[in-house]
Amino acid sequence: MTLLLSLPVAMPLAGAALAVLAWRHRRLQRAIAVATLGATLVLAVVLAVTVERDGIQTTQVGGWPAPIGITLVADLFAALMLVIGLATVLAVLVFAIGQPGSDDDAPAFHPVYLVMTTGIVASFLTGDLFNLFVAFEITLTASYVLITLGGRREQVRTGMTYVVINLLASLLFLMALAFVYAATGTVNMADLVGRLGVLDPDLRLALSLLLFVVFGIKAAVFPLFFWLPDSYPTARAPVTAVFAGLLTKVGVYAIVRTQTLLFGEDRPSTLLLVVAGLTMIIGVLGAIAQDDMKRILSFHIISQIGYMILGVGLFTVAGLAGAVLFIVHQIPVKASLFLVGGIVEHSAGSTALSKVGGLVRRIPFAAGLFGLAALSLAGLPPFSGFVGKLALVEAGFSAEEYPIVAVSLVGSLLTLFSMVKIWNGVFWGIPEEPTPELLATPGRLHTPLLMNVSAAALVTLTVAIALFAGPLYDLCERAANDLLDPSAYVQAVLP
Amino acid sequence: MRRSVILETVIRAELPVLLVVSLYLLFAGHNQPGGGFAGGLVAGAAYALALVAGGAGAVRRTTRFQPTTLLGAGLLLATLTALVPLFTGNDLLEHDVLSADLPVLGTVKTTTALFFDTGVYLVVTGLVLLVVTALGPGDLDVGDVDATPGDGT
Repeated sequence: MTLLLSLPVAMPLAGAALAVLAWRHRRLQRAIAVATLGATLVLAVVLAVTVERDGIQTTQVGGWPAPIGITLVADLFAALMLVIGLATVLAVLVFAIGQPGSDDDAPAFHPVYLVMTTGIVASFLTGDLFNLFVAFEITLTASYVLITLGGRREQVRTGMTYVVINLLASLLFLMALAFVYAATGTVNMADLVGRLGVLDPDLRLALSLLLFVVFGIKAAVFPLFFWLPDSYPTARAPVTAVFAGLLTKVGVYAIVRTQTLLFGEDRPSTLLLVVAGLTMIIGVLGAIAQDDMKRILSFHIISQIGYMILGVGLFTVAGLAGAVLFIVHQIPVKASLFLVGGIVEHSAGSTALSKVGGLVRRIPFAAGLFGLAALSLAGLPPFSGFVGKLALVEAGFSAEEYPIVAVSLVGSLLTLFSMVKIWNGVFWGIPEEPTPELLATPGRLHTPLLMNVSAAALVTLTVAIALFAGPLYDLCERAANDLLDPSAYVQAVLP
Repeated sequence: MRRSVILETVIRAELPVLLVVSLYLLFAGHNQPGGGFAGGLVAGAAYALALVAGGAGAVRRTTRFQPTTLLGAGLLLATLTALVPLFTGNDLLEHDVLSADLPVLGTVKTTTALFFDTGVYLVVTGLVLLVVTALGPGDLDVGDVDATPGDGT
């Protein structure tokens, strides 16, 4: 199983090297990037099938046995995230290739995008806390480049906030790692399970909280979210889409992984639930106050993170299964909404609700995609968001956490409200005349095929999630069972 | 920026020495302080000095390779070194010891990690070159030689 676990990490990096060598040859770069990510996605699917059939897969990098060496582990949760994440990364790449101007002037786009993918894959597969830090750094360093690609003044300003806040979070992460290592003498996650168990409970709680704050900054939970709605909307559409779809979810993945595997016995449950409720409500209220499509959607990223934390806070099989299902649904939905935002920006020159209108006539296909994805985000039946939220609400009821269930339902209603606001502002209403500058650029009034295709692919994925919700929920339930009982994980890493 | 004759002359003499030192660090790396990263940084520092002395154009003329070629080739070499053991039935990044009897040097022992380190060396050097050549438009003005006060010619 060495190949299946190692190649998804190493292949995007090799692809990045080839894309650097093809510096000025844009077509070649595009071919390399698509081929690499396609092959990685295929491997991820094979890995997921293997994990589903044979249980947790591990490999030791460099041949050094755990806990000395670095372990790569794939359990069901990691494999699910890997498949859905890579599918989204690939779809967004196709969008970027289709969108005029998104990789034309930047030969660094494809290499850096592939390096970021390496980081994301490594975050999902690593079984080592320090290696998780390295994977985060790979992802973030690449994201610093992507977010300021284009170099507009506004991008540089918000990019600065983004870099500073993430460096601060990384510094905290490094400190947390030092504390963990000082207290236990290991950073291998499976090895930590036993060693953290014998620590003083107060110390364990402190470590757990410190790691929660670190990943909470990356995942943009309340009150650590302020950097996100400021910086994400300024980047180019495909970049914002992949950040929105994946980067915060990598943070959530780390929260789920550490809180279940390492701090399962005494987690700050009430705190997690309070944070989850506040994240949902503050995020969605922020969204309502905005009048720009991209900014509304950015606040929604935050709001939806709250639902995932809710599942972790409940800490039951049903709660975690709901959280896993919800993350799986969120990644493509969020990315597809931002891709539609990119199409709107392409064909109307702006995403401000006051400046565009009546686009349903000009881009009916994209409008339809937005409608499907928005209803799914709001959690209306029969879409994928409904399935995810239903699982979480049921879990909340069975855990008798009624207040948080009520908060989550109010959050859904407000989400629907702000989606309707986008729909009214952007797609309905009196069509605005295209600005002269827009008319002057050839091809702007018509959406390139690849942009529509990739957004449609992601929406299809969310519809598929809703259609196959039954079997998928069973998978998520098995993943949640594995998360709650770390013994299989430990057994697989340290035989 | 003004050119300084003294600085330029010293750095012209120093550049090859620094590059040799960087290569020494690369080869010494496995068992002693050094390695691909440290070596690459020394090479990068040498090019940064060349930038200070002669501008970005002078740096560009010191190497016939594009910085991106160095960077890409280095990254490819490192990744391939990591991947090769997978196809011989070992784990990712697993390394082996190589020894050879060479004519002058005698028995030389090294590890396959040297290839990985060479990759890192090229990545770091390429990156520094990329940054350094992006910093300036070209050559410093040749007519703008450091004039001392009172030099009334």
